[in-house]
Amino acid sequence: MPVVEKRQLLSAEEIGRTLQRLAHELVEKSGGTKDLALIGVRRRGVPLSQRLAKIIRTSGGVNVPVGTLDITLYRDDLSTVAHQPVVHSNEIEFSVDGRDIVLVDDVLYTGRTVRAAMNGLFDLGRPRRIRLCVLIDRGHRELPVEASFIGRTVETSDTEIVEVRLQEIDGEERVMLVDRVS
Amino acid sequence: MLQRSQHLLGIETLTAAEITFILDQSKPFQEFQRHPLKKLATLRGKTIALAFFEPSTRTRISFATAAARLGADTMNFQAESSSLKKGESLIDTVRTLEAMRPDGIVIRHSSSGAPYFVAGRLEIPVLNAGDGTHEHPTQALLDALTIRDRKGKLEGWNVSILGDILHSRVARSNIHLLTKFGAKITLCGPAMWVPRELECLAPSVRRVTRIEEALDSADVIIVLRVQTERIHEPALAAEEFILRYQLTAERLRLARADALVLHPGPMNRGLEIDPTVADGPQSGVLEQVANGLAVRMALLYHLVGGAPVDAPHPAKERSNAAD
Repeated sequence: MPVVEKRQLLSAEEIGRTLQRLAHELVEKSGGTKDLALIGVRRRGVPLSQRLAKIIRTSGGVNVPVGTLDITLYRDDLSTVAHQPVVHSNEIEFSVDGRDIVLVDDVLYTGRTVRAAMNGLFDLGRPRRIRLCVLIDRGHRELPVEASFIGRTVETSDTEIVEVRLQEIDGEERVMLVDRVS
Repeated sequence: MLQRSQHLLGIETLTAAEITFILDQSKPFQEFQRHPLKKLATLRGKTIALAFFEPSTRTRISFATAAARLGADTMNFQAESSSLKKGESLIDTVRTLEAMRPDGIVIRHSSSGAPYFVAGRLEIPVLNAGDGTHEHPTQALLDALTIRDRKGKLEGWNVSILGDILHSRVARSNIHLLTKFGAKITLCGPAMWVPRELECLAPSVRRVTRIEEALDSADVIIVLRVQTERIHEPALAAEEFILRYQLTAERLRLARADALVLHPGPMNRGLEIDPTVADGPQSGVLEQVANGLAVRMALLYHLVGGAPVDAPHPAKERSNAAD
């Protein structure tokens, strides 16, 4: 699908500053870091969750456990796709029972990924609370899902795509708004 | 790597890359077995027909459990209680099953090649759960997964297969699979069960008559189940088989110190394998059972999941479905 870049939403520096703010908000609104755990949704939620944990560690000296969740088996569109997506392992080394979980993802769009992630979490146990932290909220929800921590809210049209590029995965660092060329 | 609606008929025609893909995809399902809640909705609304024309407990339960944990329903068809007893032909039985519109069929049959015959006539994926003396692909895959986990890699081991090779579909599938990964295979058993032709199955397959020779520098030992009805005088007495071919603790010491012992089950304790070996630290028997579930879940997910070929789902038109 041919796409054209319309504008840059966040620079590398702005991503860094946004994550700093999100990390502080997260600790503040959680009433401390007791029972707090971050779970990154594969793929780009994973480096974001690790960076948030690092910021919390360097600013307050507390180690917040971090895990990785693969939502493939919980997607609601599997009966409509031609090739089954590859499944990855979860990497969650702690019990989610009674935890104060913050799901971390790059973009909040339809809300279906978050729904899938919550289903995945429930199979692992019973968290005390689940909240959501995203770098970009681009609207167009199809489910009653909202984020507790938002890096930036962006007005988008249906045909536009928000592309998050992160150093760990893409070798570059920025967020762009691109559009499909018809 | 795997096409949806592709069949799984045998290991022989799979590439090493396809096998590696299946083993890699089994990993998340291994982890899944440790979840407190072992139920997914991934294949909800799908039906898997389990057509076991030959009695089976372990493989059938493993496939049924794999399907259930993925959220699929199963239609059970067993030889003992079926219309086969009333003289129905294989193709009529299968067409009857197909008319109930399952999304995949798992078939075990006493005739070699039966799953191929069925696959040529049905539109849905066919998974071979053992055909005659030909292949048992899911057993070889779960064995490979167990070897890879326990020994760190799959490539290049000395693998000895002991017992009734001639009648064993497990042996054939294992030979096909492991030689694709550079294994050196040694077959050992009574001469009538280890005919020369088996050396033609793959390169680097050899036969030896003495078990001591077979065990020397073995990294993996696969002990086959001996069909007790095939052990009788004057051809071969049970005592003689035990004396010459049983894997005992003493004999196991001839193999590499970290050699892994596998058995497809059900075991005849005290016949082909000594109980101290079966329950010993080198045995991988129970991991094999657990890995069987993971492999079968991965296969059902990739082969049976997705939209039916003949009925494109309206939502297929929607792009960017997964944000």
